[in-house]
Amino acid sequence: MFLSLLIFLPAFFALFLLLIKKEFLIRAVAFGSTVFVFILSLFLVKFVDPQIPHLQLVEKVKWIPSFGISYFVGIDGISLWLVLLTTFLTPLTILGSWSSVKEKVKMFHVLFLLLESAMLGSFLAFDAVLFYCFFEASLIPMYFLIGIWGGARRIYATLKFFIYTMFGSLFMLAGIIALMLMTKSVLNGEMSASLLDFYKLQIPFIGGNFLSPQNLLFFCFALAFAIKVPMFPVHTWLPDAHVEAPTPGSVILAGVMLKMGTYGFLRFALPLFPQATEYWTWLFMFLGVVGIVYGALVAMVQTDIKKLVAYSSVSHMGYVMVGLFAMNLYGMTGGLYQMLNHGISTGALFLLVGMIYERTHTREIKKYSGLAAAAPIFAIFFLIITFSSIAVPLTNGFVGEFLILLGAFMKSKWVASVAVLGVVLGASYMLWLVKRVFFGPQNDFINSFKGTLDLNKREVGLLIPLVIMVFWMGIYPSFFTKRMDVSLKYLLDNKYQYNLSEQLDRNENSFKLVEAKLKKVEDHQ
Amino acid sequence: MSEQLLFVILLFSPLVGFIINGLRFQSKNYRLSGGLASFCVFLSFLASVFLVIKLAALPGSQRVLSASLFPWIEVGSLSSYFRFVVDPISSIMILVITGVGTLIHIFSIGYMSHDERPTKYFAYLNFFVFNMLLLVLGDNLLVMFTGWEGVGLCSYLLIGFWFTDEQKAAAGMKAFITNRIGDAGFLLGIFLIYSTFGTLQFSSLIETLPSVSEMGWTGPITLSCLFLFIGATGKSAQIPLYVWLPDAMAGPTPVSALIHAATMVTAGVYMIVRLGDFFMLAPYAMAVIALIGALTAFFAATIGITQWDIKKVLAYSTVSQLGYMFLAVGVGAFGAAMFHLMTHAFFKALMFLGSGSVIHAMNDEQDIRKMGGLKKSMPITYWTFVCGWLAIIGAPGFSGFFSKDEILWNAFQSPMGSKGLWLIGVLGAVLTAFYMTRLMALVFWGKSRVPKDIHPHESPLSMTFPLVVLGVLSVIGGWVGVPHVIGGLLGHMPNYLEHWLSFSFQNKIELPEASASLEWMLMTGSTLLVFLSAYVAYDFYVRNPSRPQLIAAKAGEFYTWVYNKYFVDEFYNAKIIQPTVKLGKGLWEYIDVSFIDRITYWVSAWVLHMGRAFRYLQNGNAQVYALYISLGVVGTVICAMLAGM
Repeated sequence: MFLSLLIFLPAFFALFLLLIKKEFLIRAVAFGSTVFVFILSLFLVKFVDPQIPHLQLVEKVKWIPSFGISYFVGIDGISLWLVLLTTFLTPLTILGSWSSVKEKVKMFHVLFLLLESAMLGSFLAFDAVLFYCFFEASLIPMYFLIGIWGGARRIYATLKFFIYTMFGSLFMLAGIIALMLMTKSVLNGEMSASLLDFYKLQIPFIGGNFLSPQNLLFFCFALAFAIKVPMFPVHTWLPDAHVEAPTPGSVILAGVMLKMGTYGFLRFALPLFPQATEYWTWLFMFLGVVGIVYGALVAMVQTDIKKLVAYSSVSHMGYVMVGLFAMNLYGMTGGLYQMLNHGISTGALFLLVGMIYERTHTREIKKYSGLAAAAPIFAIFFLIITFSSIAVPLTNGFVGEFLILLGAFMKSKWVASVAVLGVVLGASYMLWLVKRVFFGPQNDFINSFKGTLDLNKREVGLLIPLVIMVFWMGIYPSFFTKRMDVSLKYLLDNKYQYNLSEQLDRNENSFKLVEAKLKKVEDHQ
Repeated sequence: MSEQLLFVILLFSPLVGFIINGLRFQSKNYRLSGGLASFCVFLSFLASVFLVIKLAALPGSQRVLSASLFPWIEVGSLSSYFRFVVDPISSIMILVITGVGTLIHIFSIGYMSHDERPTKYFAYLNFFVFNMLLLVLGDNLLVMFTGWEGVGLCSYLLIGFWFTDEQKAAAGMKAFITNRIGDAGFLLGIFLIYSTFGTLQFSSLIETLPSVSEMGWTGPITLSCLFLFIGATGKSAQIPLYVWLPDAMAGPTPVSALIHAATMVTAGVYMIVRLGDFFMLAPYAMAVIALIGALTAFFAATIGITQWDIKKVLAYSTVSQLGYMFLAVGVGAFGAAMFHLMTHAFFKALMFLGSGSVIHAMNDEQDIRKMGGLKKSMPITYWTFVCGWLAIIGAPGFSGFFSKDEILWNAFQSPMGSKGLWLIGVLGAVLTAFYMTRLMALVFWGKSRVPKDIHPHESPLSMTFPLVVLGVLSVIGGWVGVPHVIGGLLGHMPNYLEHWLSFSFQNKIELPEASASLEWMLMTGSTLLVFLSAYVAYDFYVRNPSRPQLIAAKAGEFYTWVYNKYFVDEFYNAKIIQPTVKLGKGLWEYIDVSFIDRITYWVSAWVLHMGRAFRYLQNGNAQVYALYISLGVVGTVICAMLAGM
């Protein structure tokens, strides 16, 4: 019950929002409800046993029995932190939108809450069809968020985003159907869409033969996820989508939705098609490294701050891919860690860019100069996030980048030697940006705002949790890694025979636990 | 007090200072902020004194104190702890960092009194000390790297402290990015060490080492040493990555004294000394280090001769002196390197602070052509600067004399050294005497060329007090490491430093037996050359001020070449930075926009086209639909029949 509660609470609140008329109340209820969902999701840290690599808090209800499709959700160490990342970023984003979204407020928040449900569903679904539904459902609110509240070229950008992603997803759908048909052979003629049944399949694989089933299926999934990540060379939807998206859209798009792609690789591609994944590792390592260097080089020459951050995402997600395909514990832990880091630091960067954009209505780097003197508090936050983004030790970015590069080095010294260029280039584009925007004398444009550029209390308040996470994850990463490592290690050790089993019984207990906890809180009051 | 507590005070007191001052960063009360910051570092200094006393009480071979805080990155078999050690090597460092650090903090109170953001300055300065301590105390490469990057970060913030000046901000950025190139090398070194030896901890790494040296270039030890050395060339400003340090003089002068002379830039030397036993197994890498060190020592000194900015002269001098330290580690003389590191910290910090005192008195003028004759108006600054000058040129008895002589002797006599290295070192020393005397002459001696509207005055006590302390240290600091030939004459005065470090390296080089007379001869010879060079400089710049210009004019092309620092910056800009930016632009315009996007347009246009084609099939005519259905049935039947066969 607990996971379903998490998934559908936001959607439920979305329905509730429809009844409210006052704009302020809508914002407050949306914020309050997402905070509530976040607090609720924190219990997952308690409920999910880090020692067990298997699925926990499982719920399974038959949905379309004739095809073996069920409503099947569960959680393990791989999805735990992604779920928390989603519930953590959503309220902050809503709080951040208070002054930027002024039109169609109700619709905005309804869509946003629906989006949260869809994202949570994608990270928790263990039925392929259910996953597909959530995966696709998340596109729709985002499509509208960009298309309605976006910038001048929003229609172009949102269509590009939608078509690109849909194009990939169709291949995935075909792949899912093919896998479902295959399950008949292992389940005595029954069909199943459960991932756990998929994992039992031994899909024929012939190395050099691209048309052998495992290769074909692998690429069906890989294409869908690669577009979502986005990997070079299918990344060109991302800069346009980000530049045109409103701030909250960018934050969630970069912070959470891109991770659905990398998560997909981890959840589907690797355990379902282990031989194909291994066979094509070189290709994905190569594309990942190209993404790191290419994204950084292109980011360096951007003239629009947001586009720069968007291309930096390409570079950072390249790191994640390199880490995952290093196929060792260091790389994979680093990759998963970097997903969270990227969500936090790039999410924060988009929030910050949005905050200054609201005041100056421009994102042209050229127009800025000497912002640090005009907006010192803004500058401090921006610098802290910059350091996190360029992976200075004791910030979260370092832990991820270090583990990824270490893992890559263990796999191939050459890959790591090229990837390490990203360390230099990353510092170059970010610090050059900082220098041009924040340093130097204040120009007339900045002066014309007469000291109204600095952050207000609401903005400081929403940035502080992000900064805390930057340092917490940088200084004490064991708290996070020890809750993902058992699952990752199990996946790595058993990738050819990935027998993930379900721990059904615990979920009822855990639900009772929450009830007891909530009751205690009430008693206290 | 327990060790753990001492460690905590040592490390965290500057961090606490940083947090307090950081939170009240907009305060303009420079006395309060500066006082707090100085107190925090002083507390650290006390803690390190106590720790070193405790350390000294232990028997020689067991001199290690350690404290463990909590686990950091723990994945797979990698488990790195925030664990810290004080042993004889790091004890020298912590005393220098916190001791000289305290003095520079105090100096800053006076220096930054007119600044707009003094609290932010002191916060950064404290944070720097914290990171530097992290660097030297860490018991594994990962914690060391944390401090390594952390000090780079503080250096970035402090060089660009006056960020409203575009050039200063650019200098900070340049420093960070150049250092990042080194750090990338450092990271690769860490990976190679971990993947080869399975540990990043210094003590267990030393235990797992093979006993035979590794010959050739491609062995894991040699390669990781070279990678680590790339990191060192960045942080310690050696060829080819030294270019950031002269620009780093854009920061406030006490920062140059603390970070860019006494402590941070010596991190590369410290790192190699810390891994001394490891580096000793890679003679090829050591040869590279010695050569780069010697070349840098000479090369930077030549540039130092031609500069007109007081801080630039000192900056190139720092690069050059760091070169000596690398020369020392390269020939296996780790003790000598640490010795010079320490004396250099004294006299170079002294001279930077002295130059700060001068700049302060000259209303921020840094051009030595506009100075001269300052010895009358600034007596304390002058006399302390004289101590520093005598120390750096190696006047007998002053601190620099002993340490530099030890390096040169090792370069000459060590089996890993050579006469060529020694010769480059001596030439560098001759140049050093020349440019330092030139600096003295142009700033303090001769006629005053000070513009009329500036009235130089002696600095306040908070600035002169640190000068005096450092002046004393520059004079006597060398007596902890008196060479045996001299010690023998003075009633068997022992070489304390050598004893202190005697258990730190298992794999020590043994200098071949040499006659005392040879050592005396080399020592006297180089000292005489140095004095000659200093005299020539005095002659040039005090007695015949027109002569240098004549010589510069005669040297023509060569002079412009040296004066413009061999156009290295221009070369890097034209051959590395601009092409990179161009590459980025090219990739964006030609690959992203014109190629990938265009393909996606084709694909979508094609899909649209197909869609139109299918539209004709669905024209709403029921008879046509019926045709489709019957065709479908026929098709299905045929398929079924084929399947049946």
